Amino acid sequence: MSVSSTQSFSPARRARRRPFPLHIVVFLAPAVLIYTVVMIYPILASLWLSLNHTADGVNTFVGVSNYQRLLGTELYVQPLLNALKNNLIFFGIHMLVQNPVGMLLAVLLTLKLRGTAVYRTILFTPTVMSVVVVGFAWKLILNPAWGVQRSLLTPLHLQALDLPWLGLASSALTTLSLISVWQNVGIPMLLFLAALVRIPEELYEAARLDGAGAWTVFRYIQLPLILPTVGIVSVLTFVGNFNAFDLIYAVQGAIAGPNFASDILGTLFYRTFFGYQLQPGDPNMGAAVAGFMLVVILIGLLIYLVAWQRRITEVQF
Amino acid sequence: MRRAGSSRVLAHLALLFYCLIALFPTLMIVVNSFKDRVSIFAQPFALPTAKTFSLDGYRTLAESANFPLYFLNSLTTTLGSLLLILFVSSMAAYALSEYTFRLNALTALYLSIGIMVPIRLGTVGILNLMVSLHLVNTLWALILVYTAQGIPLAVFVLTSFMRGVPRELKEAARIDGASEYRIYGLTLPLIRPALGAVTAISMIPIWNDLWFPLILAPGEKTKTIVLGASAFLGQFVNDYSAVLAALTLAIVPVVILYVLFSRQLVSGITGGAVK
Repeated sequence: MSVSSTQSFSPARRARRRPFPLHIVVFLAPAVLIYTVVMIYPILASLWLSLNHTADGVNTFVGVSNYQRLLGTELYVQPLLNALKNNLIFFGIHMLVQNPVGMLLAVLLTLKLRGTAVYRTILFTPTVMSVVVVGFAWKLILNPAWGVQRSLLTPLHLQALDLPWLGLASSALTTLSLISVWQNVGIPMLLFLAALVRIPEELYEAARLDGAGAWTVFRYIQLPLILPTVGIVSVLTFVGNFNAFDLIYAVQGAIAGPNFASDILGTLFYRTFFGYQLQPGDPNMGAAVAGFMLVVILIGLLIYLVAWQRRITEVQF
Repeated sequence: MRRAGSSRVLAHLALLFYCLIALFPTLMIVVNSFKDRVSIFAQPFALPTAKTFSLDGYRTLAESANFPLYFLNSLTTTLGSLLLILFVSSMAAYALSEYTFRLNALTALYLSIGIMVPIRLGTVGILNLMVSLHLVNTLWALILVYTAQGIPLAVFVLTSFMRGVPRELKEAARIDGASEYRIYGLTLPLIRPALGAVTAISMIPIWNDLWFPLILAPGEKTKTIVLGASAFLGQFVNDYSAVLAALTLAIVPVVILYVLFSRQLVSGITGGAVK
């Protein structure tokens, strides 16, 4: 039943031809409508707004001049580059810590140990909690005023590490990244686990017969077979990280302190759009920052599709 | 054989160690929220005893914040969005899996753009839209945004599950003269696990979101629990009992929900994202 949905609705034609499957439209319309009006249209409208200048409620098309301002004037480019750099560090720490730890935990969970389900539930718990709550909980624990950190470090003779990690410009971003890693490690863990349990048992048995150790099994059986998942996890991490906002806003406020040391694109977007302290907000420039973020995310997706997926296919054939 | 045994112990130790890391901050918060101010600082690791037990924090909370209202707002928003997501996505997924029509693949592709492109990038446009619809500072604004955000993944997961429903069942119903809408209704109970998975996977980001409540519904009457908690935490930052109590109230309901839904959540994440 291959009928175009653009076909005429007129009753006369309907009587002559096959009846138009109106129910397909009824089934699809609500989802497509809400999705288009509330998601696709606003994204396009934002992009359009980034090409306009609004004065006294009147939009004037100004082409790419907002982007030129964003990338070419001291006021905008300096914070933008700072946020981009910080965002890359934020992403780098997730890739270097969160995903390997998630993979390790997933491999451990495939050993069919007693209590695997309980471990899995506990390890995923931080992920379901609100970012605001997680941020504040860690802020309290790392706050020298409470002394939790001190009482943990003193018995280990690590008093030198008893520093206000979130308050120092040199360590705030790394600390926030690690808090985010702590919270989100459950996601790569689950995705790797799902890929690992699909590996046929025969492969493990063959390896065992050959006397392969755990590392060999991981290196030559598990890792190659979960490579596609490594790609998916990386791209999900990328999109999530370049879209992050809540944790930094909850812990350090819109200023992303100390002294913008933890500013990422999400917090910069918020400040540019809504303004802060004495700087008024600018919807057009805010939209331009969102446009910039979209470009960054699309570049990431493109690299994944072109480079990673192609490599995977080459590995497989 | 012996080697396998010792590596098992090592695996258990590693997992236990990481469980400790995962639970430690939460336990610190919950346990200390039931202690008096002095022992929160003096013995942060001690359990509350008859002497140190105190509900001061919860009392401050009850006096100074609209937490029951915030909670209700979060509940309304989350349930409303989930119902809409399940309803419209299951219909779309039914159409995409059941019928072959010219725009089928294109519609599926169009709907899946949203899995990768974050809705947040449309914030400026969403705010303008909600202003012109007079929906700012209403829960409807949030419900619509979360529904739009949830549709792509829900359609994706449900479509693949709906493809698994045997064709014969639907053909038999058609021969009996059932309408297409009736047949859609008949398939829903068959994909209940998928609906559960979509519920679990969509619920958490909606309940936990800060960005859209902050932007679309920051009014006192429409604050969600996350926004209310973040405002409260900022204001009472030095009152440890109150802050710990607020954090505990924000943690406990989500963790209970998670434990109840954990199986569906796992199957939702693993089934939906890796397919």
